[in-house]
Amino acid sequence: MTASIPASANDKKPVFYQREEHGHAEGGSTMLGFWIYLMSDCLIFAVLFATYGVLGANYAAGPAPKDLFDLNLVALNTAMLLFSSITYGFAMLEMVKGNQKTTLIWLAVTGLFGLAFLGIELYEFHHLIEIGATPQRSAFLSAFFTLVGTHGLHVTFGIIWLVTLMVQVSRRGLIEANKRRLMCLSMFWHFLDVIWIGVFTFVYLMGMLR
Amino acid sequence: MSENLIKMIFGRLTLESFPLHEPIVVVTFAVVALMGMAVLGAITYFRLWGYLWREWFTTVDHKRIGIMYMILGIIMLLRGFADAIMMRLQQAMAFNGSEGYLNAHHYDQIFTAHGVIMIFFVAMPLVTGLMNYVVPLQIGARDVAFPFLNNFSFWMTVGGAVLVMMSLFVGEFARTGWLAYPPLSGAEASPGVGVDYYIWALQVAGVGTTLSGINLICTIVKMRAPGMAMMKMPVFTWTSLCTNVLIVATFPVLTATLVLLSLDRYVGTNFFTNDLGGNPMMYVNLIWIWGHPEVYILILPAFGIFSEVASTFSGKRLFGYTSMVYATVVITILSYLVWLHHFFTMGSGASVNSFFGITTMIISIPTGAKIFNWLFTMYRGRIRFELPMMWTIAFMLTFTIGGMTGVLLAVPPADFVLHNSLFLVAHFHNVIIGGVLYGLFAGITFWWPKAFGFKLDPFWGKVSFWLWVVGFFFAFMPLYVLGLMGVTRRLRVFDDPSLQIWFWLAGFGAFLIFCGIGAMLVQFAVSIMRREQLRDTTGDPWDGRTLEWATSSPPPDYNFAFTPVVYDNDAWWDMKKRGYERPMDGFKPIHMPKNTGVGVVIAGLSVALSVGLIWYIWWLAAVCFVAILAVAISHTFNYDRDFHIEADEVTRTEGARTKLLAAGE
Repeated sequence: MTASIPASANDKKPVFYQREEHGHAEGGSTMLGFWIYLMSDCLIFAVLFATYGVLGANYAAGPAPKDLFDLNLVALNTAMLLFSSITYGFAMLEMVKGNQKTTLIWLAVTGLFGLAFLGIELYEFHHLIEIGATPQRSAFLSAFFTLVGTHGLHVTFGIIWLVTLMVQVSRRGLIEANKRRLMCLSMFWHFLDVIWIGVFTFVYLMGMLR
Repeated sequence: MSENLIKMIFGRLTLESFPLHEPIVVVTFAVVALMGMAVLGAITYFRLWGYLWREWFTTVDHKRIGIMYMILGIIMLLRGFADAIMMRLQQAMAFNGSEGYLNAHHYDQIFTAHGVIMIFFVAMPLVTGLMNYVVPLQIGARDVAFPFLNNFSFWMTVGGAVLVMMSLFVGEFARTGWLAYPPLSGAEASPGVGVDYYIWALQVAGVGTTLSGINLICTIVKMRAPGMAMMKMPVFTWTSLCTNVLIVATFPVLTATLVLLSLDRYVGTNFFTNDLGGNPMMYVNLIWIWGHPEVYILILPAFGIFSEVASTFSGKRLFGYTSMVYATVVITILSYLVWLHHFFTMGSGASVNSFFGITTMIISIPTGAKIFNWLFTMYRGRIRFELPMMWTIAFMLTFTIGGMTGVLLAVPPADFVLHNSLFLVAHFHNVIIGGVLYGLFAGITFWWPKAFGFKLDPFWGKVSFWLWVVGFFFAFMPLYVLGLMGVTRRLRVFDDPSLQIWFWLAGFGAFLIFCGIGAMLVQFAVSIMRREQLRDTTGDPWDGRTLEWATSSPPPDYNFAFTPVVYDNDAWWDMKKRGYERPMDGFKPIHMPKNTGVGVVIAGLSVALSVGLIWYIWWLAAVCFVAILAVAISHTFNYDRDFHIEADEVTRTEGARTKLLAAGE
């Protein structure tokens, strides 16, 4: 269509409307819209990272990263999240092949890795609060808990979404609408992975160097 | 025991929360309640609830949602202006030992509410409403990219407005100024519900704004008619695109900042506190990273409106289309690089202040280019001085003054003298009234016939125009003088009697604007009553240039029976010039989205959730949160969201228009 337009632009009486009803593909804007949503979410994290950057050294005579972080635990946690991204990738490959059952299995594995990640994070938070490193203790801890906690909340919603999608896929199969939804969640899930890489690097690794 | 139970059920809401001791508030409440009951009674009496619910509240039609945004904006304008005139009256009275008529507690709420309402619940809904209505029509689309999301966004904006209005009668509103700087807005200095109302009203409305931004970007990027390349888009669509990019790029910052403030208030964290490592200036930085682009979010669509109006009423193609687009894009980018000029006095040092001073001054270059483009569009044009054109000319005169005082304020040393003074207040009212509001009024008069099928009455429009323009200069020029004399903003009483005359002048100006708003309401009423005389049967009452004028007024649900094909910037002008013939037959069924009430439900639950959080009614908050999740998830189980308008119906609608066009000739 687009190609034929310049040719007729100089005509005295060009075609001014399309006779045919081009059924624009349903959900044609969903991917773009979801990308833009992700970028807006990214800005929320940008604010939290910036706040951590500004306030992250304000210990108020309280504990510093070196006193608090257990890198082995965090490495294990990171592994959980990275594995969950790989298994989500497997789920998407199976989706493309049209294997509903294996898609669901990989999604379930992804959800379990996600739960493991959350479990370890909650354990870490619980431990910190128990030894008195609460979000109220200093601006550093306020910023730490908010940044890491916001990421954790995102993972929580991701898991709720994952379960919802598993129900929908098992009910309706891999129809176009469900594939689109799986694609969106896939982007969301990998996005959280990228954010976590930032958290791991800037909060934990560089925190230990301070 | 029972006291604990009551506390569990009602949180911190008690009988004392209702401001019964404030006679002004009680009278206002009585008036609002009476008017509200009259409206609700009338709707019930005329059995309109079903109609409103089916055709309007649950609609996913961008045109109806646009109109509802406009109604919301105009209602909130009345509230925001009531606050304004109360402030003017207080400041005109409070001299020579007089305390005026407002106590400090009340006065501080009024100036905060005025700012919040005018920006978030007047300017934003009016801008979003116009974009919603016009953009899909201008690009030849049938609806926006995500019609359900559009409905949901609107109701979230309403939800925010409801919370602000509620704070007037239940509890209090923030007393912090419209940006709620900590530590004043922190838990220690503001323990009441005021700041919490502020936070949750903005959060609820902010969700709507962000989603509607995403929605309109996708609409403009993905749904343009064939042939409409980016550089063939109407300028209003271009400015809308840039505005929505800014919305998506800034509102998340506001959301995150307010989350941090609420954590300080609810959880006791130390982001913006004075002790334990908190840093209040972090808040000020973050909020202005949102706040400065916000003013461009408002002004860019207004620039777009002026562009459409100037070229339509000069009967000429817009001068310098390409430079107009580039100027818009440059302003979009620069608007993100100037936030620090709102607090040069923070003490960030000479280099930082110079950087932000210079970027601020640079913005005047693309803006100046735009002014010249409009002037050259008018130059040698066949100008028709209809109302939209009058607003445009008033804008160019007024806005240029406001722009120049803005450049003055951009000079850091000058800003050290003028910051926080009435000079600043005069400056931003000068650009927001003279720019945004005049633009919106031009847009409302320009597109009203498209939306309703009849023009607005010109006589009352002109009365309103002159009252507004003259009233504006009376109301704000004295504030420049006062600001230069060192009078700071937000004062309630004054000692120096020699200043009073300027406040009287400003008060007189506010009275003229009051009459101007009255004349505008009369204009709407008179136009509706005289709609048969003002009827437009052509769909193109102004000899328009862009696609929205190609369809009937008001447009059918599906906007265009056939998707238009575009060859030129001024697509409709091109069609008229080259002998476009309206298609009369061969219509096909049209694919459309179905209405849904889910948006109303989720927005209502969000308001209830906010009330729970504001008043510490934790059970309510928990119930509503779970309910929102449940409703949202169950909505995703509904896969059947669209239907077809049958070809017969399209044929009938188009046939009716053919008759109307023939009768008009």
